[in-house]
Amino acid sequence: MASDQFAIETRGLRKEFGRTVAVKGLSLQVPRGEIFGFLGPNGAGKSTSIKMLLGLVRPTGGDAIVLGAPAGTVDTRRRIGFLPEDFRFYDWLTASELLALHGRLCGMEHAALRRRVPEVIEMVGLTPHADRRLRGFSKGMLQRIGLAQALVHEPDIVFLDEPTSGLDPIGRRMVRDILRAQRDRGATVFLNSHLLGEIEITCDRVVFIKEGEVVAAEDLRNRSRDETRVLVAAHNVSPSALAGLERWCTAVVADGDQLSLTTRSKELVPEIVRHLVSSGAEVYEVVPQREPLEELFVRIMGKDPGL
Amino acid sequence: MNGLWIMAGITFREAARRRILWTALLCGAILLAIFAIALRLQVDEFQSRPMSPFVRYQVESGMLMIGLYTCDLLAVVMTILTSIDTIAGEISSGTIHAIATKPIARWQILGGKYLGFAAMVSIYVLLTFSGTVAVAYAVTGVLPEHPMVGAALIIFECLIALALTFLFGTWFSTLTNGVIVLGLQGAAFMGGWLEQVSGFSQSAQIVTLGVWSSLLMPGESLWRRAAYEMQTPLAGSLSFSPFANVSIPSGTAVAYAAAYLAVVLAIATYHFNRRDL
Repeated sequence: MASDQFAIETRGLRKEFGRTVAVKGLSLQVPRGEIFGFLGPNGAGKSTSIKMLLGLVRPTGGDAIVLGAPAGTVDTRRRIGFLPEDFRFYDWLTASELLALHGRLCGMEHAALRRRVPEVIEMVGLTPHADRRLRGFSKGMLQRIGLAQALVHEPDIVFLDEPTSGLDPIGRRMVRDILRAQRDRGATVFLNSHLLGEIEITCDRVVFIKEGEVVAAEDLRNRSRDETRVLVAAHNVSPSALAGLERWCTAVVADGDQLSLTTRSKELVPEIVRHLVSSGAEVYEVVPQREPLEELFVRIMGKDPGL
Repeated sequence: MNGLWIMAGITFREAARRRILWTALLCGAILLAIFAIALRLQVDEFQSRPMSPFVRYQVESGMLMIGLYTCDLLAVVMTILTSIDTIAGEISSGTIHAIATKPIARWQILGGKYLGFAAMVSIYVLLTFSGTVAVAYAVTGVLPEHPMVGAALIIFECLIALALTFLFGTWFSTLTNGVIVLGLQGAAFMGGWLEQVSGFSQSAQIVTLGVWSSLLMPGESLWRRAAYEMQTPLAGSLSFSPFANVSIPSGTAVAYAAAYLAVVLAIATYHFNRRDL
């Protein structure tokens, strides 16, 4: 089952707590070097699934392979980083002490830590607070230092549970940049977040889970190549020009100067514009509309996911 | 093994910061002051009337035992209260998630935490114990017999209470854990007294009940062994008290306590290793 192509592979992963089935049978493959979004409504089994991948929770059934080895072994954990949802730690430690402690738990030597700790603190924007105790940290600052402890040993996979929930827009952008930098150095990022807007602009790929099973998967990088709705503001569009649009469009709705077109691909948009202009129309605006992830989420999960 | 020592170090620092520890130290200091005043009053009273040096020694030695028994009780309660939420609390707050996902085995987490608390408790006992002995010596000139054995047995008693808070902490919430361990401590206390009563009543059933209570929780029998070690045989035989040597726990009882400690820690480690976090 294990392959070099995937950072994480699970097959029929299952967890029961007494009579309650938390994860019914999770089968997923997470390619290496991608930012992977793990989506689902509350109670879908996301946290339990992550905990099984990290070795915090013992599966009732199925297999989970992380970096080519069974999930949760000490050797596997050496190569992963984890930011829990509500990161908390001994609040009398300073930010630097906390990172040094986590680095040592990951097996880092003192010399490496002396170089790495200031580097990671800088990365999460906490350099002015490096010697402050966590007691005085805001939720957002704790989230940042939590992210730093997950990255201090340069892991091959980073698991993040709601990493941006306590952050302001600047903090969110910083997290986004850090996650992309992780991907660029070859690490895999496994992201669990309710902020679908964040997921949409950060992730390469997402899966949707419901009742502990994968119900849909979406490659977000390919979405622009899929069917796209385009809003066009144009004057003097002749009926023949409108009829001619059917060559590229599966649906055309005209409302005065506003046209709503559905094309098979965003790549057809330049040809549509050329057609309209050559037929004498004056084109003011062309705005491709992608289905927001939130709508996709609601469509997949149903209006009431049954919290 | 590295993870074990890192956990021991951080836990020691965490334990040493607990307010309850400093409160217990303050309580210890206040009780020591009361103890010193009581001893002083007693010495003054002795000097005001003729008294045989033998009786005087027995009374002063008995008062020293009261001071050491107070140390023992305070140390056990402090041990339970400081360590009660170290496992259960960190599981419920999620602090454990950042630790248990690091490349260290779970037994190292539990073992390191145990060592950290054990070091803190040992220092606490040594401080209060040596304080009490020093005060008694300064005021009366009386020293306990075998003080090192006595202190070691009190530390041993605390380590058993500590192991029990770790064991039940891997199963239950902080509050439930506290109720169970304090309840077991009560059983041990009761067992100790029942065994003492049996020395006078000769009732086989009471002896059996006392022994069973001490088997369930052997902490108190270690104190009684410590009391036996620290006083002269005659002093111990003169009273009916938690330090009377009517029924002295044998070497086997101490060995049983050691085996009990090992088994409790083994079960705690096994369960912590398997449980979901």
